Amino acid sequence: MLEVRNISKTFNPGTINEKKALENVSLTLQDGDFVTVIGGNGAGKSTIMNAIAGVWPVDSGQIIIDGTDVSGLSEYKRAPFLGRVFQDPMTGTAGDMQIDENMALAARRGQRRTLRWGVSNKERQQYMELLKSLDLGLEDRLTAKVGLLSGGQRQALTLLMATMKKPKVLLLDEHTAALDPKTAAKVLAATDRIVNDNHLTTLMVTHNMRDAIAHGNRLIMMSNGHIIYDVGGEDKKKLHVSDLLARFEEAGAEVSDRMALG
Amino acid sequence: MAAYFASLNPQALWNAAPGGLAQGLIWGIMALGVYLTFRILNFADMTCDGSFALGGATAVMLILAGWSPEAVLLISFLCGLLAGLVTGILHTVLGIPDILAGILTQISLYSINLNIMGKANQAVPAGQVTVHFTSNIRYLGQTIALTLIVDVVIVGVIYWFLGTEIGSAIRATGINQNMSRAQGINTNLMKVIALSVSNGLIALSGGILTEYQGFADVKMGQGSIVIGLAAVIIGEVLAEAILGKRLGFVLRLAFTVIGAIVYYFVYVFVLWLKFPADDMKLLTAIVVAIFLAVPYLKQIRTSSFRGLARRNAKLASKKEEK
Repeated sequence: MLEVRNISKTFNPGTINEKKALENVSLTLQDGDFVTVIGGNGAGKSTIMNAIAGVWPVDSGQIIIDGTDVSGLSEYKRAPFLGRVFQDPMTGTAGDMQIDENMALAARRGQRRTLRWGVSNKERQQYMELLKSLDLGLEDRLTAKVGLLSGGQRQALTLLMATMKKPKVLLLDEHTAALDPKTAAKVLAATDRIVNDNHLTTLMVTHNMRDAIAHGNRLIMMSNGHIIYDVGGEDKKKLHVSDLLARFEEAGAEVSDRMALG
Repeated sequence: MAAYFASLNPQALWNAAPGGLAQGLIWGIMALGVYLTFRILNFADMTCDGSFALGGATAVMLILAGWSPEAVLLISFLCGLLAGLVTGILHTVLGIPDILAGILTQISLYSINLNIMGKANQAVPAGQVTVHFTSNIRYLGQTIALTLIVDVVIVGVIYWFLGTEIGSAIRATGINQNMSRAQGINTNLMKVIALSVSNGLIALSGGILTEYQGFADVKMGQGSIVIGLAAVIIGEVLAEAILGKRLGFVLRLAFTVIGAIVYYFVYVFVLWLKFPADDMKLLTAIVVAIFLAVPYLKQIRTSSFRGLARRNAKLASKKEEK
C-alpha cells in the first residue's frame, strides 16, 4: 500500500546547520499494516511523516502509495491519499470554523471544490452519527466553533476528519503527545477502533514505548535518519520496554527522558 | 468661541448628510473588499490604494469614450480583478511577503493609472453623459437607492460565495494553511481568488465614486486602505455593542457597510465643524487607531498584570487597616 524507496533528505545543506534527517530510508507497508514508529529526538520520525505527506520534496528517492508515485506531487495534491493527525491539536482543524464546516472540508478531500453549498443538511445528519461514535458529546455541538473545544476533543475530531473519507495511508504524528494521560488513552482507543473498523494502513509516531508496543502489528525504531529495527507479528507482541531500551543502547542512540519515563 | 459656534449652520449639516450617506454606501463596497482580505484571508493587502484609483481611471476614460455606464463599471471590476491577480501571483508564485507584494502592485498601478488617464486627473463632462450614480442634488435620492441595492446584492453574493465549497476553502486557508493543505486545498489558488475578488470590488467602488464625483484622480485611492479598515473595524465594534455575541455572518458583512456610512457621517460632521480638509487623513488615522485599540484595551481592563497588582495592593492595605 505504501512503499518508501531510498528516500534522503538533508536540511540546510552546505551550512553549519546541515542535518541529514533521512539517509536512504526504505519502508514498505502492506495493506492493513499498523506500524508504530519510535526514536529519540532528531531520529527522523517526524521527517519521514512529512516526507510522505509532501510538506517539502525529498532530495532523492520515491514514495509510492497504492501504485501511484506521489514523490513529485505537492502537499495538497497528495492529500487525497492521506489522512493526517498532527502533534499540535491546533494544526489539524480550522479553529474559527464550525465543527460541521471542518468536517465538510475533510469530506471533500480529493474532490474538485465547486460553487455548491459548502455543507448540506444531509451531510450534517451523517456527521452527527460519526461524532456520536466518539462519545465526547460533540454531536450536540455541530455548529460550535472548533476553537472552543479542548485539545483532546480537537484531536479526536481531527482523527475523524482524517478517516471519514477512507485514506490509503493514515499518518499519526505523535497525535497524543500534547494530551493529558487520560485523554491520550481515550484518543488512542478511538484510533485503534477506527483503524480496525476501516482496515486502515497506518503509520503512527509516538514517544511512548509502551504505546508503541501495545498498538499496531509492527514496530520500527529510527535513529539518525535510519531505520535501525523493524519487528512485526509474534515477535512484536513479546517485546518489552527493556528490549527497546537495549536496542537503543546498541545503536548508540540518545534516549530522551521522555521516552525512558513515558 | 461664540463667533465660531454662531458661524456653524445646522441647515448646512442637514444638507450635507445625504451626500455623506451616498459616499458611505459607495465606500462600503470598498470596505467589503478589504473585509475579504483583511478578515477572511488574514492578508493585509496594500494593493487597494492602487486598484481603487484603477477603477476610477478606467471608468472615466471609458465614459469619455462613450461606453454605457453599466459596461464601464463591469470593466472597472475586471481591471481590479487583474490587479488582485498580480498581487496574488507576486505572493504565491514569486514568494514575496504579503504586504510587500501589495505595495509593489500599488506603486506600479500609480504609473499605470497615469498612463490610462494621460494626466493626473480627468473629469466626466457634466451634463453631456448620463451616469447612474450622480451627486447631482436632484437625483441624489436615486443614487442612494441604487447604491444601497448594489451594496445589498454584493453582501448577498459574498455571503453565498463564502458558504460554497470554494468559499469554505478560502476561509480555511485564512485560518489554518497547514490544515487546508492536508485537506487537499490548493491554498495558493484560494489566496489568488480572494485577492482578485477583493480588488475587483475595490475597483468597482472606485468606478462608482468616479461617476458620483464626476472625476477621477490618480491620488483618489491614497489612504483608501485606512478608510476600508476604518469601516471594517467601526462596523465590528458597533455590531458587537449592539448585537453582542449573536452575530451572524450576514450581519458582519452588513455592519462593514454601516461602518463605512458611519465613517462618512463623522467625516461630514468634522468638515461641518470647519476642520481643515487637509487634516482629514490625520483624523482618519486617529479614528482607526482608536477603534483598533478599543477591543485590546477592553480585554486589558478585564485581565492585566497592572490591574491584578492594583487589586492585590488594595487587599493588602485593607488587611493592614484591620
